[in-house]
Amino acid sequence: MMPRLLTAVAALLLSTASAWAARDTITIGMVLEPPNLDPTAGAAAAIDEVVYANVFQGLTRFGPDGSIRPDLAKSWDVSEDGTRYTFHLQEGVTFQDGSRFDAKDVKFSLDRARADDSVNAQKQLFAGIEQVTVIDPLTVEVTLKAPDGALPFKLAWGDAVMVAPESAADNATHPIGTGPFMFKDWAKGDHVTLSAYEGYWGQPPKLREATFRFISDPTAAFSALMAGDVDAFPNYPAPETAAQFKADPRFKLIIGSTEGETILAMNERNPPLNDTRVRAAIAHALNRADIINGAMFGYGTPIGTHFAPHNPAYVDLTALSNYDPAESKALLKEAGVSDLTLRMALPPPSYARRSGEIIQAELAAVGIQTKITNMEWADWLERVFKGHDFDLTVVSHTEPMDIGIYARPDYYFGYNSPKFDAVMQELEGTSDPDKRTELLQQAQRILAEDYANAFLFQLPKIGVANAKIEGLWKNAPTQANDLTQVYWDE
Amino acid sequence: MKFSLWIGALLSGGAVLAALISLVWTPYDVTALDIAHKLQSPSAAHWLGTDHFGRDIASMLMAGARTSLAVALVAVVIGAGLGVPLGLAAAAMRGRWIDELIMRANDLIFAFPALVIAILITATFGPSATNAIIAIGIFNIPVFARVARAGALSLWQLDYIRAAQVSGKGRARISAEHIAPNIANLLIVQGTIQFSLGILAEAGLSYVGLGAQPPTPSWGRMLAEAQTMVTIAPHVAIMPGLAIVLTVLGLNLLGDGLRDALDPRLKGRSA
Repeated sequence: MMPRLLTAVAALLLSTASAWAARDTITIGMVLEPPNLDPTAGAAAAIDEVVYANVFQGLTRFGPDGSIRPDLAKSWDVSEDGTRYTFHLQEGVTFQDGSRFDAKDVKFSLDRARADDSVNAQKQLFAGIEQVTVIDPLTVEVTLKAPDGALPFKLAWGDAVMVAPESAADNATHPIGTGPFMFKDWAKGDHVTLSAYEGYWGQPPKLREATFRFISDPTAAFSALMAGDVDAFPNYPAPETAAQFKADPRFKLIIGSTEGETILAMNERNPPLNDTRVRAAIAHALNRADIINGAMFGYGTPIGTHFAPHNPAYVDLTALSNYDPAESKALLKEAGVSDLTLRMALPPPSYARRSGEIIQAELAAVGIQTKITNMEWADWLERVFKGHDFDLTVVSHTEPMDIGIYARPDYYFGYNSPKFDAVMQELEGTSDPDKRTELLQQAQRILAEDYANAFLFQLPKIGVANAKIEGLWKNAPTQANDLTQVYWDE
Repeated sequence: MKFSLWIGALLSGGAVLAALISLVWTPYDVTALDIAHKLQSPSAAHWLGTDHFGRDIASMLMAGARTSLAVALVAVVIGAGLGVPLGLAAAAMRGRWIDELIMRANDLIFAFPALVIAILITATFGPSATNAIIAIGIFNIPVFARVARAGALSLWQLDYIRAAQVSGKGRARISAEHIAPNIANLLIVQGTIQFSLGILAEAGLSYVGLGAQPPTPSWGRMLAEAQTMVTIAPHVAIMPGLAIVLTVLGLNLLGDGLRDALDPRLKGRSA
């Protein structure tokens, strides 16, 4: 009698306990730790992956499907000629330090981002802005130099979020935004914790607390998920074990696409890489199917230019740089290049390290030797991205619609084409959707025909999560881990 | 215990043989990728299966043995080449400042965890097999210096050394002509042990990415790369793991067996 009673009591206790404990905290795994937490002052994707939509908000935002949605601006009007945008702001918005958000903050944020001394990583987003005018506390007018239909898109970026004049300077270590989550703590090398902000203006999030843990080692990521130390890994770094999570009912596998064009970037400052024939030879030496299979275990879409295949304006140009070692050898011979040894810098993600080794073997097959150096991110940013001290590197460009980087002067791979720049310039001033598509396609063709880089594949978004978690993004139209709709379904 | 000697010789001989054969022949080219046939289980075509890039694991282990053995061997040569003369000098100058200097410098190197300093060296000068050799070699120096000094000290007490001194031979000459040959057995045993430790250290450094760089095969890196695939293709991790275990075990048994066979003090005790 006694044991049965005890069992019944225990069962009762357990059931009530689980009813109370509807989980409201989540631990998200990330491969990279952000260098700082200010999205308006850094290029690292990891910054946005922590703070975008969670801590900081912009006038507009990306939805999970890539569409542009109102955020701090509840609506906007465009003038007849397309050069004046009037944004109507949400009411009752406060920053997480309690101060009010109004039109003055919008003007401050945009002016700060486009100022000459701005450290914004995507300054070109704001290049078209002529003037920002405060009409009243809830209305802002943005005047453009030329019509630009893409302004709401540009303002949705993490680099265009709204900050307060009082706290902007400290956002790198203690971010203060208008979002549903506020910064709690940051243990460098380990995690960042956010907690729900009581005074949030919109629909309150279902989570009380969210922790982002940084786990760069794919094996450790696997174990952390299996052990339940991490509830979700939205960008899971070990595609080889993805199948295992799929078979396990405790987990769900969320396969989507990202904006990540993975490329073998070539430093065109260094001869003979300034020779289009040599770059073409390198591109023809690479077998994309092998790289996707070997490095990504089959997840990933081949690309032939710097553009996301899921975008309606995408043109499939993979045939221009098809796998053809004979052609590659012929091109090298024509360029008079023999006995070529190149340095290849590889950042930590497994897609880069593994692709690098395959590329090394494939280039060796056409007579190009490569010397691999594995680098940590900080090292890579310093030496490759800023210092331009490299020949080849494998990296994924995860910003949305970032074909414009090829028009930037002195960008890390040193591509320079007046023809391409002209197309980009024309695109800036075009708001007609059909004309824009045409220009974008023209730009894609120029890059493919110039063999600006060797374009490999579109990075898939391989997400692994506890089966009971709902509301995570499937695709990654921008680099973000939007937690506003995430909840435990149990 | 002749048995351990033979097992040890067999296992380490196997590793050496594999390394030597790999110089002229491996079943497959270790740099050739064959992604269509990745992660295959052991079969007639691939005796030990294929890795995540479709490379033949047997071939990679053979070529990896070459890397491991070469790094460990050169590191032992560096250690013995510098450590033994230092130890002999310290013993010859026993009690003087030069002895103190050498032995305290040894203590200094001993005081640091070897692998941490090896990581520091390779991180500073860039990862490569050469830097791994230097890093491992430096830590072999004090080991050999101590063994040489300890062995030499007891010899310096013996009558025939005294006789040599009386007959006018200098300390350096006595060290070279009388002391060194008589501590050779100690050094050989120590050499085998350091050799096996060197293989472990090389595997450890390659495992964290600081040893031989791709495409040079290395046991430690094979293990590191196989790590995430253990659950889907266990053989990819088991094979290099076994190679390391068996080689290190073999060298340790060989060292033990050699000590038993060479050390006159142990003779008759173990039989």
